[in-house]
Amino acid sequence: MTNGFVNRDRRWHPPAITPDYKTSVARGPRHAPLSFPTTLVEETGPVFGHDMLGKLDNDLILNFAKDGGMAIGPRIIVHGQLRDEFGRGVPGALIEVWQANAGGRYRHKKESYLAPLDPNFGGCGRCITDAQGYYEFRTIMPGPYPWPNTMNDWRPAHIHFSIFGQGFAQRLITQMYFEGDPLIWHCPIVDTIPTREAIESLVAPLDMARTVPMDARAYKFDITLRGRRQTMFENRMEGL
Amino acid sequence: MVQPLSYLKESPSQTAGPYVHIGCTPNFAEINGVYPHDLGHRMITGEVQGQRIRITGRVIDGTGTPLRDALVEIWQPDAAGLFNSPGETRGTADPHFTGWGRCPSDMTTGEFAFDTVKPGAVPYVDGRPQAPHVTLWIVARGINLGLHTRMYFPDEAEANAADPILSRIEHQVRVATLIGEAKGEGHYHFDIRLQGHNETVFFDI
Repeated sequence: MTNGFVNRDRRWHPPAITPDYKTSVARGPRHAPLSFPTTLVEETGPVFGHDMLGKLDNDLILNFAKDGGMAIGPRIIVHGQLRDEFGRGVPGALIEVWQANAGGRYRHKKESYLAPLDPNFGGCGRCITDAQGYYEFRTIMPGPYPWPNTMNDWRPAHIHFSIFGQGFAQRLITQMYFEGDPLIWHCPIVDTIPTREAIESLVAPLDMARTVPMDARAYKFDITLRGRRQTMFENRMEGL
Repeated sequence: MVQPLSYLKESPSQTAGPYVHIGCTPNFAEINGVYPHDLGHRMITGEVQGQRIRITGRVIDGTGTPLRDALVEIWQPDAAGLFNSPGETRGTADPHFTGWGRCPSDMTTGEFAFDTVKPGAVPYVDGRPQAPHVTLWIVARGINLGLHTRMYFPDEAEANAADPILSRIEHQVRVATLIGEAKGEGHYHFDIRLQGHNETVFFDI
């Protein structure tokens, strides 16, 4: 039996308006959001079958490469477990990732950084978590890059993650950072997160145990979605 | 001393940024050949039950400018009010309707569009019906945490008046921000205003 999702702790997340990240000033809502208990609308969500995936979908080194080529950059494995706030693995969840290339350049028409495109790197990947919530990608280490905010802001190396859970209320987009990157502590987007503890929960440690010798280093990035309440004692009305 | 609860904290949100299309709609971003098509571009997959409708809209910032880099997702039940989801235990949803759509804002006009069906009613936690609506989730550069809201239908005044969510809104003058505009037969338009005196009601759910 389920009984909705645990309330989102909005003090843990970035607030809507964070003036040091200038774009939020005209785009963040000013009014307080309306709170109500999750209903079937929020407790259900789309499912994506493993049969939807191509065999290179989770391999960003090869999935855009031409003629036997490979993406340029330090080879890494990114893996971890998707779980909820109660520690339960979330199986069958779609994870989509996107990132810049090793030089810090995105393959996007609105992108103008002078670092070159890599003809063998598209920058997108996806996978579906296994029965225990585990996932894995192979990619190259993205480069840091400058972005227009103040005159000298740099994004730390990062990978964007879009995550579906089992209910639409769990929908989440976040970013993964890399252990030891000094730019993490200079970035106005990272700094939208109110506490150091919450920021550190997005920093993936180097994982020597999962490193592939003579091939690729590994980083472990566990992701937590909102918890789903479960009780033997159903308090809903008949028929729900 | 007591035992520690040892629960985990949700991973904190970060903005989707300006290049969300690369990960979520790569074909739209002209990254072709990785995925056969962009997920969520088609909600109707066959002979669907119910009334086909088109929902268009824009996401508008505090200066009145439409966002041209937003990504909008919608989630809704089928015409009978059933979700195409394992969480649906009341019956089996229309197999020709996914219930989930994803659309990037047009890079010139800022408009998004969904070809879908008019949803049926779904019960609230106490069993009362919720008026027909689609739920929306909006992410973009400058949005730090994805925004949840709903579009209700202008031709459902009676159901809207009894809707348990709409009636929770303290400032009833803001209810109008959640009602789509009828633009013609089966066409509804829904502008989402991030700020200003018509700021859309967003949800903490």
